[in-house]
Amino acid sequence: MFVFSDDNLIKIEELKKRYPSKKALCLPLLWMAQYQDGFISIDAIDAISEQTTIPPMEIYRVITFYTMFHLEKSEKLQVDVCKTLSCKLCGSDEILKYLESKDVKVNHVECLGSCGTAPVMQIKDKNYENLTTEKVEKILKEIL
Amino acid sequence: MRDCKIVSRKFEFEGSHTLAVAKEHNGYRTLSKIKEYSQQQMIQIIKDSMLRGKGGGGAPTGSRWELMPQNEKKPSFLVVNCDESEPGTFKDRQIISKDPHLLIEGIILTSYAIKAKVAYIYIRGEYKEYQDILQNAIDEAYVAGLLDNCEITIHRGAGAYICGEKSALLESMEGKRGHPRLKPKNKEPEWYFDNPTLVNNVETIASVPFIIQNGADAYRAYGTDKSPGTLLFAMSGHVNKPGVYEAEFGTNMLEYIEHFGGGVKNGKKLKALIAGGVSCGVLTPLECENLTLDYEALKAIGSSLGTGGMIIMDEDTNMVEALKNILEFYHEESCGQCTPCREGSGWSDKIVGKILDGNGTKEDLEKLFELADIMNGKTICVFAPSISQVLVSFITKFRDEFEAVVS
Repeated sequence: MFVFSDDNLIKIEELKKRYPSKKALCLPLLWMAQYQDGFISIDAIDAISEQTTIPPMEIYRVITFYTMFHLEKSEKLQVDVCKTLSCKLCGSDEILKYLESKDVKVNHVECLGSCGTAPVMQIKDKNYENLTTEKVEKILKEIL
Repeated sequence: MRDCKIVSRKFEFEGSHTLAVAKEHNGYRTLSKIKEYSQQQMIQIIKDSMLRGKGGGGAPTGSRWELMPQNEKKPSFLVVNCDESEPGTFKDRQIISKDPHLLIEGIILTSYAIKAKVAYIYIRGEYKEYQDILQNAIDEAYVAGLLDNCEITIHRGAGAYICGEKSALLESMEGKRGHPRLKPKNKEPEWYFDNPTLVNNVETIASVPFIIQNGADAYRAYGTDKSPGTLLFAMSGHVNKPGVYEAEFGTNMLEYIEHFGGGVKNGKKLKALIAGGVSCGVLTPLECENLTLDYEALKAIGSSLGTGGMIIMDEDTNMVEALKNILEFYHEESCGQCTPCREGSGWSDKIVGKILDGNGTKEDLEKLFELADIMNGKTICVFAPSISQVLVSFITKFRDEFEAVVS
C-alpha cells in the first residue's frame, strides 16, 4: 500500500493549480513517490494514476522511458558516473575502474553537463567534479 | 578579442544568484519597459535584433514569437527549455546558477510579449543542484512581487536527452514518454495540451533583457550580419582552461580556444574538434583554420554551430574510440520511436565496437555508410540524421585510422 505523505498531498493540490491538466503531474508525482520510498512501487503507480487520471500501464511506460526513475530499491549507494566524450577524454575510465572495486552501485550514465569540470560523478543529486581517484576515495569515506 | 558580456555580465559577482545582488546591478530594470512598449512593439524589437535561438538550432526568435496568437481565447504558455543534455554543452547551467534573476527577468518580458500568464522551466533531472538555486531565485521574485502577472513553475525531467527537442519536451510535460511529434506543414506555435505555446532556450530568454533595454541595434553591434550578438561558447576535453566564456558570433575559433582556453592541454597538437555538441560531427585542424564561430561559417563546411560547446581532442586521441563513445550515447538515448533510429543507433554502435576490438573488416566500414544513409532524413526528428553526420564525418575525415584497425 502506498500513500503520499501529508506534506506531499498538500504539494499535489498546489501543483494541480499550476497546470492546465492533471496529466501534467505525472513526472512531478513520480519524483515525489521516488523520494518518499527510494523507488517507485506498483502501489505508487496506482496512487499516481488516481491523481493524474493516467492509466497505470501508461505510467509504467513513462517510468521505463526515463533513466532516473527506479522500479526497485537499491541497497547500495548509487553512484552515477558520466562516461560521455568530454569526461572520457579527461579520465572517466580510471574513475569507473576505481569505483567498481568499491561497495557501491556504479551506473555508467550519459552526459551530466559537467564537461568543463570533467570527470564527474553524481551521488544523491549532488555533482562531484574535477575528480581524481584520491578525491573519489575521500568523498566515499565521507558519505559511506 | 572584444570583451562582450551580455548574458554573463553578473556571473563573477559574489552572490550573483541573489535578488539583492541582481538588483544592485540593474537587474529587473527592463520591467519598466512593459509600460512603454506594446506586445507588438516588443516582438518587433526582438525581430529587429535578429536574435537567434541559442539551444542549437539558431532559428530566428522574433518570428517564433510572432506565431503566438494575440487574441486567442485559449491561454498561451511559455516553456523555457533547460534540458541541456548535448554532450559538450554546459552553458544554461551557468545562467540558472550564476544569474537566475536574468532568466526570470527575460521570462517576465517574454510572457508579456506573447500574452502568456504561465511559464514553465523544463529542467533536466540531473540538474537538481542548480534547480534548487533557480527555485530560490523564483521564490525571492514571488516575495518581491515581481511575478504578480506571470506564474513560473519548474518542471523537472528525469533523464532523457531527447526531451531537449521541443516537441518531445512538451510530450514529457504532458506526462508522457518524450517522443518527438511530427512537424506541421506550415509554421505554427507549439502546442501544450492543445494550447498555443512558445518554447525557447534558457540563453535565448536571458538575452531578451539586454535587447529590450538597449535596443536592437545595440545587440546587432555584436556578431556578424546574419548571426548577430553573442553566445556562451564553451570548451571541454583536452584544453588547458575548460569552461564557458561568452564571445560574439564571428570570433575566430582557434583564437577563441587560445585566448580563453589557453590552447591544447600539455602543449600537444590539436587533432580533432567538435564544434557545438557531439551532434555537429567532427572537424579536422585544417578545417578549423580561419574558421569563425557563426552559424553560416560552420554550415558552409558541412557542419553546424549547434550549442557552441566545443570538444577539443589532442593528437593522442583514438578516433575509433571517440566515435564508439559518441555512438554509445546515441544508442542509449534514441527514443525508439522510429525504426531507422532505434535500429541504426544500435547497429552502428555494435559495428564500431567490433572494429575497436580489432574484429572489423573493410565491409563493416561500408556498412556504416549504408546505415548512415538509412538514418538520414527518414525519421521524425533530427536525432538520427545527427548520428548519420557523426558517422560520416568521423570515418571520412579519419579514414586512415579506421582502415588501420580493420582487416
